[in-house]
Amino acid sequence: MDFFNTLIVVLDSTVRLSIPLLFACLAGLYSERAGVFDIGLEGKMLAAAFASASVAAVTGSAWLALGAAVLISVFFALVHGFASITHRGNQIVSGVALNFIAAGTTVILGQAWFQQGGRTPSLGAEARFNAITLPFAEAARDIPVIGFVYYELLSGHSILVYVAFFMVFATWWILFRTRFGLRLRAVGENPAAVDTAGISVAWLRYRAVICTGILCGFAGTYLALAQNAGFVKDMTAGKGYIALAALIFAKWRPVPAMFACLLFGFLDALAIRLQGTPLPMVGRVPAQFFQALPYILTVILLAGFIGKAIPPRAGGVPYVKER
Amino acid sequence: MSTPYAKLPAWADYGLIPLINLIVAFAVAGLVVLLVGENPLRAAGLMLEGAFGSGRNIAYTLYYSTSFIFTGLAVAVAFHGGLFNIGGEGQAYIGGLGVGLVCLTFDSILPWWLTFPLAILGAAAVGAGWAFIPAYLQAKRGSHIVITTIMFNFIAASLMVYLLVGPLKPANSMAPQTRNFLEGGQLPKLNWLIELFGGTVRSSPFNLSFLLALLCAFLVWLLIWRTRLGYEIRTQGHSPKAARYAGIGETRIIIITMMISGALAGMMALNPVMGDQGRLQLDFVTGAGFVGIAAALMGRSHPAGIVPAAILFGMLYQGGAELAFEMPNISRDMIVIIQGLVILFAGALENMFRPAAQSLFASISPRSMGVAASRSGGA
Repeated sequence: MDFFNTLIVVLDSTVRLSIPLLFACLAGLYSERAGVFDIGLEGKMLAAAFASASVAAVTGSAWLALGAAVLISVFFALVHGFASITHRGNQIVSGVALNFIAAGTTVILGQAWFQQGGRTPSLGAEARFNAITLPFAEAARDIPVIGFVYYELLSGHSILVYVAFFMVFATWWILFRTRFGLRLRAVGENPAAVDTAGISVAWLRYRAVICTGILCGFAGTYLALAQNAGFVKDMTAGKGYIALAALIFAKWRPVPAMFACLLFGFLDALAIRLQGTPLPMVGRVPAQFFQALPYILTVILLAGFIGKAIPPRAGGVPYVKER
Repeated sequence: MSTPYAKLPAWADYGLIPLINLIVAFAVAGLVVLLVGENPLRAAGLMLEGAFGSGRNIAYTLYYSTSFIFTGLAVAVAFHGGLFNIGGEGQAYIGGLGVGLVCLTFDSILPWWLTFPLAILGAAAVGAGWAFIPAYLQAKRGSHIVITTIMFNFIAASLMVYLLVGPLKPANSMAPQTRNFLEGGQLPKLNWLIELFGGTVRSSPFNLSFLLALLCAFLVWLLIWRTRLGYEIRTQGHSPKAARYAGIGETRIIIITMMISGALAGMMALNPVMGDQGRLQLDFVTGAGFVGIAAALMGRSHPAGIVPAAILFGMLYQGGAELAFEMPNISRDMIVIIQGLVILFAGALENMFRPAAQSLFASISPRSMGVAASRSGGA
């Protein structure tokens, strides 16, 4: 029973830790499926986290904060679109640039506005997204196994967590069951065909990067207003890149993306849990190994040792209409 | 990547367009300064003063530039081969391991001028080795080099933390760093070089690896434009199909290019580890690997452009540190913004002002537009 309880607690923190990854991963899915590589997920998340924390600190409203985060993140996404769709610039270079701009601007503005060394003021409960207790969770708590799972694992998360899981299925539906989704996937595989059909490649790709911006806004807000109570310098700490890794791991599909993010979140939770405790058979595993594991797994996957990850065919290639 | 744009005269292509891009980047950075409530012109003045105001400041500027020359060259060599090595940060970090191990082994028995070549070899070998795996995976298994090198940055960081809090830390110490190197593991300073020109430098980290960086810049020029291998690298970068048709082994070129790139990035570690701190410690790279991307883009992947670009960024680093004293609202993170803006405008948006410039040139002298020069460099 003790082991079971520990497992549930670890799974609970798995969920918490994988939500920012999940939002960012789904965000990347829209952009990359439309043929625009985006390594700027990290920067968008960071900018969104800062925007939401600042607005929450000033207005005290978590929902206004979410709106601001989405706006800023969409703005970054549009700059990326402007460079890579309109001006046919190198998408990787543009992503790298936006990551730096976000990393620097958040600290500079944070310091200038709040004078706390680049952080934003610590937020009270009313300005954050707090845990919601699902109906009957308290009552069901004492029911063995099922009740405990319900109470610990399913209940007691912020609303954004449920939104994230809903978005997995929404994304699947949009991509595979709507006309917009079909065109979005087509423009990432063969933009010339989409163009021939009389549909604007640029406008379609712009809509895709806007979707990316919106979801990155959610990712950043979750980090600043649900997982933490405010913005700290570099708080994304490479999560944008892990999300990218998860996206490749999931071969650019929404439901596997969810499992990939949960796996990476689980590794993170495990690393925290196992800090310093020896494992049976292997002995003490350094925490750094767990930290590096998502990256190592991605490299192995990319090398084609666990199935082959084939990116959208037109990914990273700017579309030139007239030759 | 095909460029659908017509050609400009070479001086405009290599001088005017980068200059316009740079000016726009700084103008946007100025807006951020305004947003913080400071005067951008005064900030620029303070920054210049901080970078070149005294012999000591110049020495610091050149110390930072040294690192950026190495990483800029690393990114540029990969660019020529059509590869985007975003892993300079990790290769430099791991390169520090090569420097550290050589210094820890030999610093008590050899003088510095014997340790130095060994440390160069160590740094280059370890950096090249760290770049070899992504290169091999790209060449043989088709995994995207950008993603793999990003992953290797994180793996390098984890590995170095593990080594520095564990095996490499002296038993009686708490700080995550190696023991201090003895005399044989420290590079001589170059302060006399500045004093030669009349500056006074009491102490600075400016050291011998600056000359090594300049030598590397020359060697990279030699390699890319004056050797058969360089020709093959450029062919591969321009057109992999043409390279294949010409019988140039794709696998071989990708791996060699990336290993040269990794070696250059690895050698960057000599500057802070052996030249300044005299020990291996956490996070000594401090973003130099990424500044290399900006320097390479700004310098158009040519050593003659990279060295001034690296000095510009060295100036921003040093000037930015001094600026932070005067204007507490502007910390060194300002440089990160400028760096990002330079990458954005000189890299991703490099073609933004091209159509305007072209129509301008076409209206002034239509004849100069007739002759197509070779394709511009960059990614």
